[in-house]
Parts: sequence; structure tokens; C-alpha cells
Amino acid sequence: MYTLTGVTKRYTRGKETVEALRGVDLTIEDGDQLVIQGPTGGGKSTLLQMIGGLDRPSAGSVELDGVNLATISEAKLTRLRAEKIGIIFQSFNLIPTLTAQENVETALVPLGVKPAERRERAAEALRSVGLGERLTHVPTELSGGQQQRVAIARALVKKPKVLLADEPTGNLDEGTRDDIMNLLEGLWHEYGLTFIMVTHDSSIARRAPRLATIKAGQITLTEQGTRQFAQQAQGAQQPQGVQSYDQQSYDGQQYAGQQYAQQPYGGQSH
Amino acid sequence: MFGIYLKRELGRRKKAALVIALGLALGIALVITVNSVSAGMNQAQDKVLKSLYGLGTDMTVTKAQTAPKAGSSSGPNFKFDAKSSSKSSQSSDRVMTQGGQALKSSLVDQVSDQKGVDSAVGALSLNVIKVNGSFTQGKAQSSGGSNQGGPGGASGGNPQVQGGGANFNVNNYSVAGVDVADQGLGPLASMKITSGKTFTSAQTNAKVAVVSKSYAKSKKYKVGSTFKISGTKFTVIGIATPNSSESSTDVFVPLKQAQTLGDAKNKVTTIYVKATDSKQISTVKKEIQSNISGTTVTTSSDMASTVSGSLSTASNLATSVGKWLSIAVLVAAFLVAALLTSSAVSRRVREFGTLKALGWPSGKVTRQVVGESMVNGLIGGALGIGLGLAAAYVVTAISPTLTAQIGSTGGSGGGNGFPGGGGPGQQTANTLQIALSAPVSATTIALAVGLAVTGGLIAGAMGGWRASRMRPADALRSVQ
Repeated sequence: MYTLTGVTKRYTRGKETVEALRGVDLTIEDGDQLVIQGPTGGGKSTLLQMIGGLDRPSAGSVELDGVNLATISEAKLTRLRAEKIGIIFQSFNLIPTLTAQENVETALVPLGVKPAERRERAAEALRSVGLGERLTHVPTELSGGQQQRVAIARALVKKPKVLLADEPTGNLDEGTRDDIMNLLEGLWHEYGLTFIMVTHDSSIARRAPRLATIKAGQITLTEQGTRQFAQQAQGAQQPQGVQSYDQQSYDGQQYAGQQYAQQPYGGQSH
Repeated sequence: MFGIYLKRELGRRKKAALVIALGLALGIALVITVNSVSAGMNQAQDKVLKSLYGLGTDMTVTKAQTAPKAGSSSGPNFKFDAKSSSKSSQSSDRVMTQGGQALKSSLVDQVSDQKGVDSAVGALSLNVIKVNGSFTQGKAQSSGGSNQGGPGGASGGNPQVQGGGANFNVNNYSVAGVDVADQGLGPLASMKITSGKTFTSAQTNAKVAVVSKSYAKSKKYKVGSTFKISGTKFTVIGIATPNSSESSTDVFVPLKQAQTLGDAKNKVTTIYVKATDSKQISTVKKEIQSNISGTTVTTSSDMASTVSGSLSTASNLATSVGKWLSIAVLVAAFLVAALLTSSAVSRRVREFGTLKALGWPSGKVTRQVVGESMVNGLIGGALGIGLGLAAAYVVTAISPTLTAQIGSTGGSGGGNGFPGGGGPGQQTANTLQIALSAPVSATTIALAVGLAVTGGLIAGAMGGWRASRMRPADALRSVQ
């Protein structure tokens, strides 16, 4: 469970000090899905950085399961990121010279997983997102949607507790966006992950059970729908790894996202 | 993952990697070439010095020549009698000590007793000038014709003398008196007997001689031939060639015989000294100088400073220009490598930020950058060693001939007093031709490898430092 208390983040640029976050208080339960929305420069990504342990707040605390990410040592924070937090980026952030499988493996390197096991788990993760045939392809040989699937496999291969996504569909067309969102929701549902996503896309934001809107560093929370997924997720077992998920998802040509591709995101209104 | 990632990254940035590697290669190749050519120069100098000095000799002890007294003649004096009725040949030898003032033989033992001296041997250097020829008397004519005065004749008046003159040859050669009891040190130490044999220890006062091959050839001497020095008949028992380069001594005789010829009983001109430890030569030099006053101690490094000619010029070029040029190129190569690596890291902010966001510790990211730089450095090192070896091979294959001159012509003389010097009161420059080679030692290769690793480390340290300072948040920030 995340507990953010009075989180403030200031940046100094020359003589000017900018407050990106102003005393944010927020609680995110395990298995919850939270979408963060807001105008550009409002503090969305800064909040995601605080939650993901990518940066430290200037004031306040960010606790994950009772551990304050603002004060633990750099080494412990790095370890925590390696073990508990999976991150998906808007621009996929794949290593251009590595194959899809090797890119996924990079998430297991800091955990000290042996090469053979690393390769096997990476391959399984890629199959689970429908890229079983693309293991040896480098990013430039993949479409945007496929690259984001690789990034998703990389985020999930280590069986994280938290999945963070920074504009995961920002660089994708509508059709691919729907595929990716269905896949992410399917994975969140399947694993019982705590899923926190930053997006500009209102159609995506509207479907989230909880919506956090950030403007000028201040947060407003909206409970806008059922927490059915979250409750289901809390009831689900702790993820057993991609392998167990894969047993049901990678059967023939079907993968996780397809099970939840019930309807498109675009054009919907709630 | 480390190896795969490293290989792929170097493959992606081939051009930059090649620029870094070539820069380092150029610097390293220059270092190897300059080092090997310098080593070749040193070998050439050693050859020059040993040919004059004798193998195993660490230093010589001599005494500087004093300036001749006013009114006295320092040159040899020959007296010939223009006999009225003789066309017979006349001959006169002048034997003079050379290479400084003569020292007492007892000094050899005194030097031997000095701390740090392994052994000391005395030798006497002589210069023999032999003049032989004859006068031809002019003929008197009583005719009143035209006046024709020949050399030695009178002109004008009656009777007139026509014709007449003198025909004399001058033969100048050097003789060294050798301590037959210890030939491992001294003038003969740098010679190799190619015909006959050398002196036995019993021949301390025998009238026998070893002659240099070049002198024997010019005089058509063979083993068993006899010749005279200042009226004393010597038998050739051996022909010797110098181990390297040329010999500056023509004839070797037992020391006692040389002392008799040079009228220098119990005298030597040079004491050859071997130190117990070659690293302690300068200490031994000081010891001898302080305990035996009035002597000049010359070490091989002192001798090296007297080497002039193209060998000296080339040596100076190699040690000064070559050294600084290679240092400048190396520093430039290191800087370029460091800047290019640092710039490459800057372009990979998102990549390294992502890895940190995934939980890669800074050390692991830094290792990756340093690893890439090290491979660049090693590729540069390998290329540099290849280039350097090729350059050294070319120098050795061409073998440019260098001229070495030792000592100074017409100097006030006596200072260094090494054997083979000129006549009294001056030192003659010894000019030798040496073929230059460029040997590459294991130390030079090790130095090149060390430089390659250093270059890689410097570049990697700079890039790694930048990478380690990146924050995982940069992975997100760079795309905003």
C-alpha cells in the first residue's frame, strides 16, 4: 500500500524555484488502479517519479508497505525498484541495440537471475504479450505497439508488486492504444497489481475506477466507478510469475490482452 | 548481458569507436617507434663505446695532460743525417705515450683496493710515428748555361747543383701495452682473436704482438710475421678483430714491452676498472676521485656525452622531439577518447536512466561504460602495437647508417683520456659508422598495453562518472 503524506517537490532553475507538487496526500491500496490526469506541467510525471522511487520529494513522505522511499538509502531504493516496481514509458525506452528478449532480460539483471533462467523468463514474458515470434527482433524491426508490448513484458517479467505507466499509449495510434490498454487492464486484473498510470487521454481516464487530477501541483481525487477489478485483484493470489499467467494466455495465438478487449476506448463516454 | 550489451553498443557506434581506437593507436604506435628507435640509438652508442672501451669496463682512470712548458716542443723530433755520399735509406721511430699523462703502475693496485671495485687493469697507449726514406744528393754542373737549382742545391754562380732531394714515408700507428695476466679487461677485451692466439700469462715480457686485422691487412702481416717497433723486433702471434665496429688500436704488445718502448717504466696511461655492481658506478667513480687525487674517472655515460655526429643528432631527436611528440599525441588521443566517450554517454541519457529505473545500480551502469571504453582502448592498443611494430620493422629493414664521433678534434686534450685517443696534448675524434636498428622490447610492448588500458580507463572514468551521476528520473524527463 502506498501512503503519500504532504509530498512537495521543488525544482530550482537558475534563480527561479518551481513547485511541481504541493503537499500531495494520497493513499493507494494494493491492487488498486489509479489514473493520473492533468495539464502539461501540472506535476503528473513528477508524482509518478515520487511513487516509483525515481526521485525523492523535497518534503513529505512516500511510503510503500511502510518503507519511506524519501529517506531510504540509494542502494535500498535501487533494490526496491528492481524488485517491486515495473515501469512502462511513453517512448518505450528500449535499448536500441538489444533484441526484444535481451531488452526484457535487462529487468532481471539487477536481481542476479542466472543467464539461462533469465532468457527463459524473458521469452515467456514476451509470449505472454503476444510476441513469441519476435524474440530476436531489435526495436527498429518492431512496430510502436510491439515495442510497447516488449516494454510491458520487461516491466512484468520480474513479477512486480506495482506497475507504473507514464503515458503508455501516448505514441500509439488509436487501434494500437486499445490493444495496449486492454492488455494492461488484463494484466492488472490477472496479477492483482497496483496499477498507476499517467495519461492525457480522457477516454482512458474515464474508464479508471479512481482518477487523480493534478493541477499546479495539487491533487483532486475522483472515485468514478466500480472498484471491481481492484477487489478481484485483492482476492487474487500474489503473482506467481509470468509463467503461470502464460499457461493460460499463450495458448495458440491468444494472449492476455485479447481476453479483455471487450470494447474500444475511443469514442466512449461515461 | 555485460558482454552482449557491450558488443552491440560498440557495433552501433563503429565510427566513434574507430576514431577513439585510431587516436589511441597513433599515440601508442609513436611511443613504440620512439622507444624502439631510442633503444636502437642506445645500442649503437653502446657498440661505439664498447669498441673503444672494452667489454666489461665500467670506467677508466686517466690523468689529464698538462700544458707544455713554454719553449718546449710538444711534437716529435726527427734527426736525419744528409750524408754526402749516401743514397741509403734512413729510418727513425718516435714512440710517445698518448691519452694523457702517464700514471704510476702502483695506482692500479690502489684503484683495485677502492670500495666497489671488482678489478682494475692498467694499459699503456703509445703512438708510434715511423719516418723512413732517403736523401738524394744534387749533382754539380759546371756549364754556364741556364741556372737550374734543385732542392738542396744552390742557385746562381758556378758550379751549379742540379737535382737532389728527399723521399720519406711516415707511418703512424697506435700500440697498446696489455696486462697479459688479465686480458678480460682492457684494450684487448673488445677484440676477438680470429687467427693465431692471444698472449699467455707467461708472456709478460715477450717480444710478441697481436695486431688488428685491418692493420695486418695493410701491412700484409700474418701470424709468424715479424716487424720492428723502434728497433725492437716483434713476432705476430695473433690477428684480432673488434667485437663491434672498428678498433682504434693497431698493435697490442705485453705491457712491459710497451713500457720499455715508450720509456715509461712502471707507468700506465689508462686504468680500466670494473665495478662490483653496475648500478653503483657513479658511487665508485666518486670513491676513486676522492681517494686518488689528480685523476680523471670516465664512465661510459660520460663517454656517451662525447658522442657526436649524426648518431648524436638522431639520438637527441628521438629523445627530445620524439618523446614530446609522442606525449603530445597520447595526451590528445586520451582527451579525444574521453570527450567522445563522455559525449556518447550524454546521448544515452534515456538509456542509462531507463536502466537505473529498472533497478540497475550506478556501479553496474558505470561498469558498462568503462567496459566499452576499455575495449576501445584495447583495440587502439592492438592497432598501435601493430603500427609501432611495423614502423620499427621498417627502420630495422632500412638500417640507416649513422656516424658517431667520439671525443673532440684539437681539444686541449687529456680530459677523458680513453684509449684510441690522439697524440699528446690532443684527442683525435674517432669516427665510426653504425647501422641503426629499432629493437622492440617486451617492456615497450608492456608500456603500450599499459597506455592502452590507461587511455581506456581515462575515457571510461569520464564517461562512467557522467553515467553514474544520471538519475533514474532522467529516463522520464528526457521524453517530456
